[in-house]
Amino acid sequence: MSNTITFMIDGVEIEGKPGQTIMQAADEAGIYIPRLCAFKGLSPYGACRVCTVMVNGRPQAACTQPVAPGTVVENDTERLQHLRGNIVEMMFVEGNHYCMFCEKSGNCELQAMAYRFGIAAPKYPYLFPERDVDASHPDILIDRNRCILCGRCIRASSDLDGKNVFQFVGRGKDKQIAVNAEARLADTDIDVTDQAVSSCPVGAILKKRVGYAVPIGERLYDHKPIGSDIEAARTAGS
Amino acid sequence: MSGTLENTVKDICRSHSNDRTRMMDIVREVQARFKCVSSEAMDVIAAAVGTHRVEVESVVSFYTYLSEKPKGKVVIRLCNDIIDKMHGVERVAQAFSDALGIKFGETTPDGTISLEYTPCIGLCDQAPAALINDVPVTDLHRSIARQIVADLKKHMDPKRLVHRLGDGNNAHELVQSMVVNNIRTEGPMVLSPVNRGEAIKQALAISPVEVIRAVKTARLRGRGGAGFPTGMKWEFTRAATGEEKYVICNADEGEPGTFKDRVILTERPDRVFAGMTIAGYAIGAKTGIVYLRGEYAYLRPYLEHVLERRRNDGLLGQNVGGKEGFNFDIVIQMGAGAYICGEETALISSCEGLRGDPKNRPPFPAQKGYLDCPTVVNNVETLCCVTKILERGPGAFNEYGSQGSAGTKLLSISGDCKLPGVYELPFGIKLSEVLKQAGAEDAIAVQVGGASGAMVAPNEFERTICFDDLATGGAIMVFGPERNVLEVADYFLDFFIEESCGYCTPCRVGNVLLKERLDRILAGHGEPADLDYLQDLGETIKTTSRCGLGQTSPNPVLTTLKNFRSAYEALVKERDDGLQPSFDLSEAVGDAEQIAGHKSVHAD
Repeated sequence: MSNTITFMIDGVEIEGKPGQTIMQAADEAGIYIPRLCAFKGLSPYGACRVCTVMVNGRPQAACTQPVAPGTVVENDTERLQHLRGNIVEMMFVEGNHYCMFCEKSGNCELQAMAYRFGIAAPKYPYLFPERDVDASHPDILIDRNRCILCGRCIRASSDLDGKNVFQFVGRGKDKQIAVNAEARLADTDIDVTDQAVSSCPVGAILKKRVGYAVPIGERLYDHKPIGSDIEAARTAGS
Repeated sequence: MSGTLENTVKDICRSHSNDRTRMMDIVREVQARFKCVSSEAMDVIAAAVGTHRVEVESVVSFYTYLSEKPKGKVVIRLCNDIIDKMHGVERVAQAFSDALGIKFGETTPDGTISLEYTPCIGLCDQAPAALINDVPVTDLHRSIARQIVADLKKHMDPKRLVHRLGDGNNAHELVQSMVVNNIRTEGPMVLSPVNRGEAIKQALAISPVEVIRAVKTARLRGRGGAGFPTGMKWEFTRAATGEEKYVICNADEGEPGTFKDRVILTERPDRVFAGMTIAGYAIGAKTGIVYLRGEYAYLRPYLEHVLERRRNDGLLGQNVGGKEGFNFDIVIQMGAGAYICGEETALISSCEGLRGDPKNRPPFPAQKGYLDCPTVVNNVETLCCVTKILERGPGAFNEYGSQGSAGTKLLSISGDCKLPGVYELPFGIKLSEVLKQAGAEDAIAVQVGGASGAMVAPNEFERTICFDDLATGGAIMVFGPERNVLEVADYFLDFFIEESCGYCTPCRVGNVLLKERLDRILAGHGEPADLDYLQDLGETIKTTSRCGLGQTSPNPVLTTLKNFRSAYEALVKERDDGLQPSFDLSEAVGDAEQIAGHKSVHAD
């Protein structure tokens, strides 16, 4: 009894456990809340804000907000989907994202999120920032043009790989990902098998020499939208 | 690696116990000593305190007073806040630039003097103003700027630039500043004379729970702007479990147009420290931290002196006020130029030696704050109110103000008014009455609550200053008939873009996009649909941002859209040729015309 916390998401009664976030409880119930900075196995971060939900009428990030008994959560509403779409569009114009020749195309969570939201082109003007590429490492490439500052690589490197290869430097619009060396990724102790590398949702951290390996039509998001795996649990159960 | 640098940096780290959480003190000292925190220094610091180099770089790159590249021996930071702009800071800037032969953001070729802009330094009532290293210089004009440069070239000692002393403790031998207080109304609470030791005596005579009850009975709410009930905050922190608990005084007054905490810290620091001590007694804390904004570093020696005097008088230290077992002391933590650190969880991050990123909530500071211990964070003015409540009783406090907003409020008034300065007035006072007192009756717009507040039009001047109507942390910026409110809103966006920590997407990107569109409208290239665009974008940032900065940063745009809509409508127009107003055909074909060597035949 005390191990269950009952609350509502879009009118559906959900059972969560103490200490869970709204996102974790929703995932288990087969309800997908869109997200980009959240990643299984990493501590909640609350940076991208794509998972914004209304909790008793107040906006909160579902990835950081703990479940609480009796709360009323709104997730799949027109208003929230609109706000989330705006945030995804902001990410597109903030960096330099060229999906048509990006190795990550079809497997990219940002691109998949745009498709899920039906975004063909952003309404915001492109900011075309000047960002650099670090190809110093023999096996790994950093392209900061495609970084969405989700902080997954930072957390994966420290929490999962037991290293501290990445951290943010600068602030505001000048914030960017830096490596634990004077300048080059090659001078860090990163390895191509590190989870920091595979945790990148976009094409900002890439393994070299494996681009375009999967043909179009067989890529992760070619047939089913992002979040389908979570929603599948609910469809199967209902 | 140069041995001197390595040894000196190691010494600095050692003097802070090689403690990673003292990173702010360490990097500030390295910066002061070497005029930068170089790549080499970062390696030494990381090794000494047992962290990663990139973590040090992360901190250094966050704060504007720290730099990886060397700055001059003297850094001139000229405030280019909106109020300073209204007082002609551009001419002063030109004079500095000409006299030094460098542009803003540069250092003289001999490496001696750097010239920079800085946002609000808490001197709007004596603008234009600048900080020269830690020394404030006020009421600047061109000839003073030229004289400052000439003097600096002679002696390179900013302290010797002070030729006149301000009033009150500004003239104290440990302050020696030309800053003036401009106290216009000395109210019955915060600015009333201090009876040292009295409030603590009263507090210690009753139990901590009774102290909290008194603060609750007085209906005291936080003066920083959010207005959370102080007694409740203390109660939560007292109830939370933790070996250590902390009281933090938020003296990171950075909201543009706010300077009342500077005056309190100059004239009534005993009241602030007494409030912290009482909070410590109430929640069961042994340590208080004053987070003092880097811009107020010139007050630090005096504040340390006041703390020492309190220790000598038994008002800090062991068995405070003779109360057996109540031990409490206060340390000062300096900031390093980051507005976001006024946000309480960002302030805690900074105290812990990290970037000033806000933290995720929950847990709230009352449960897990500084070093994961239960922590109370109170504004300077709130703590002064606490002292008064204990001195005179809750009834004497809440007889002032209104039902929802008990007591008085310190207002920092600046801009187009005859009497800029600090006013202590009862909550519930009408804005029109405030403007009358300040000699600002011809105002066309008033920004209440600083950059993140609301731009109020004359038809709303009968509204009242209180938590339930026009809430404010204390800033009242007055704009007269010749000002353009949209340009003011545009300036505030510049400020938020500069000061956003960049943690969350809507604040980091959204404010840049707001400014892009507002600039387009101001340039005469806006179209009617742009107003809906601004509204939608502003609401997105407000609703989805992670902390108070992003949640309030669109306010200047959203409140001007609401209260000054005609100013926007006058600038946006449909074009009769069916093209977007932002499209300039002549400019678009300009390059081609130049190459072709003749004009194109498009009709215009």
